[in-house]
Amino acid sequence: MIAHAIFFYIFSIIAVVSAVMVTVSKNTVHSVFFLILDFISISCLFIMIGAEFLGMIMLIVYVGAVAVLFLFVVMMLNVAQQKNQWFISKENSNHIPIGLLISVIIFFELIIVIGGWKFKPDLFDKANLSIVNDVSNTHSLGMVLYTDYIHIFQISGMILLIAMIGAIVLTFRQREGVKKQSYIKQISRERAEGVEVVEVASNRGVKIDD
Amino acid sequence: MEYLDLIFQETYKILFLLVPVLVSVAMIVWLDRRVWAFVQKRQGPNVVGPFGLLQSLADALKYIFKEIIIPASSNKIIFILAPIITMTLALIAWAVIPFGVDQVLADINVGILYIFAVSSLGVYGIIMGGWASNSKYPFLGSIRSAAQMVSYEVSIGIIIINVLLCVGSLNLNDIVIAQKDMWFVIPLFPMFVIFFISALAETNRPPFDLPEAEAELVAGYQTEYSGMMYAMFWLGEYANILLMCALGSILFLGGWLSPIELYPFNLIPGALWLIFKILFLFILFALVKAIVPRYRYDQLMRLGWKIFLPLSLTYVVLTASYLFYFNLLPTN
Repeated sequence: MIAHAIFFYIFSIIAVVSAVMVTVSKNTVHSVFFLILDFISISCLFIMIGAEFLGMIMLIVYVGAVAVLFLFVVMMLNVAQQKNQWFISKENSNHIPIGLLISVIIFFELIIVIGGWKFKPDLFDKANLSIVNDVSNTHSLGMVLYTDYIHIFQISGMILLIAMIGAIVLTFRQREGVKKQSYIKQISRERAEGVEVVEVASNRGVKIDD
Repeated sequence: MEYLDLIFQETYKILFLLVPVLVSVAMIVWLDRRVWAFVQKRQGPNVVGPFGLLQSLADALKYIFKEIIIPASSNKIIFILAPIITMTLALIAWAVIPFGVDQVLADINVGILYIFAVSSLGVYGIIMGGWASNSKYPFLGSIRSAAQMVSYEVSIGIIIINVLLCVGSLNLNDIVIAQKDMWFVIPLFPMFVIFFISALAETNRPPFDLPEAEAELVAGYQTEYSGMMYAMFWLGEYANILLMCALGSILFLGGWLSPIELYPFNLIPGALWLIFKILFLFILFALVKAIVPRYRYDQLMRLGWKIFLPLSLTYVVLTASYLFYFNLLPTN
């Protein structure tokens, strides 16, 4: 039990410190790396409470895919050079009130969630869910998700699909004069249409493709 | 004292797994070069030791004694961390590979997800190395590899779902035991081919070695690395290739099961069968490297997203419908 507690404190301290470092560090790429560290230590915590499926999915989805895209964007846009001047310079600080507003809203939402748990303790009672204890974590998660909450699951899938299509529609632009390589054309080229034998008169040359 | 005993036991087990893996990585580099040379009618490394077997050790010694150069304008911590992460991730995934019924270091419930997660983390070594070098070619190489590895992970994940539909468990040993009657390579042969090609792309092997295409990018993300740090990237890459071969043989070729349950084949231990299968897949990897020219980048992306992803998704539907219609879905 002591070893369990020690590991719990190690992972949670790493998680909290790296979460703070995400916002504090000046280099954007560094803060993405701290975010990754945060994800990894949180998935370790998931595994420690026995939710190994959630922990692995956290690693695969957030660290393996989402954070890679984060890094990709941050590196491509070269925002790493941007210094932390928002609190120092007078102009270009319009987003601070909005950010504060959003963080206050999130804070109150968290309070409401935790308050609900305090006022109605049986809200998260295990008896409300049809959890079978003698099957593995993955099986019971699947059973709850695909039998009790199948419609909500499907709806969230549809919402994600719509978001994906929306992102494509928003960023897709039909541009004129874009050169494309047709795979089929390239491999189906024959010698007859690619090569032309021309009689060249001496000392006069020949003009091709004018 | 109990904890100390436990730690000693586990360390002993881990060393018993890791030392053979590292030695076989060295041997596999030699094998790779020999196969490559054989296809091109050359001799390959044949001077150091019998058949040149000790060539990799000689190379490793050379790398150890070379100077490690850290570029002045690089981001030093991340620059040093990148090869360490590549190497560590390539080695920790071996913890769940089963070599027999109970010959496995960590028999966890979600073994296949663990391997998938670790291999999807592998991209970070490359991205970090490329970014921290603070140079054009490594950066381009790392961006390329990020896109490439993320794309091919998707199809590998869906291929794994195909296998899991037939097994009904995420445990690697269960996956092996489920193939007792028939290896999954027979009913899922198209998936095996796609898995093999995606594994080539996932480990940055030719013909998909665009992250280190020497004709365009010098050496890609490894350009600024030297000495032991370069060797660690290199070892990590080969350990990853071995891991992918092991995963392929566990998912499709029956892992440690012997091909025929008859008298002379039963005597050979399961671990040896797994090693034979890994070697078979690795020789295929090496042959592909020697035979096929490098892909163009747009062809690579087209293959991943427009061909492999729809094909493997269709096969998921097909497998699920078949299992459902004939009432073959596995029950725990």
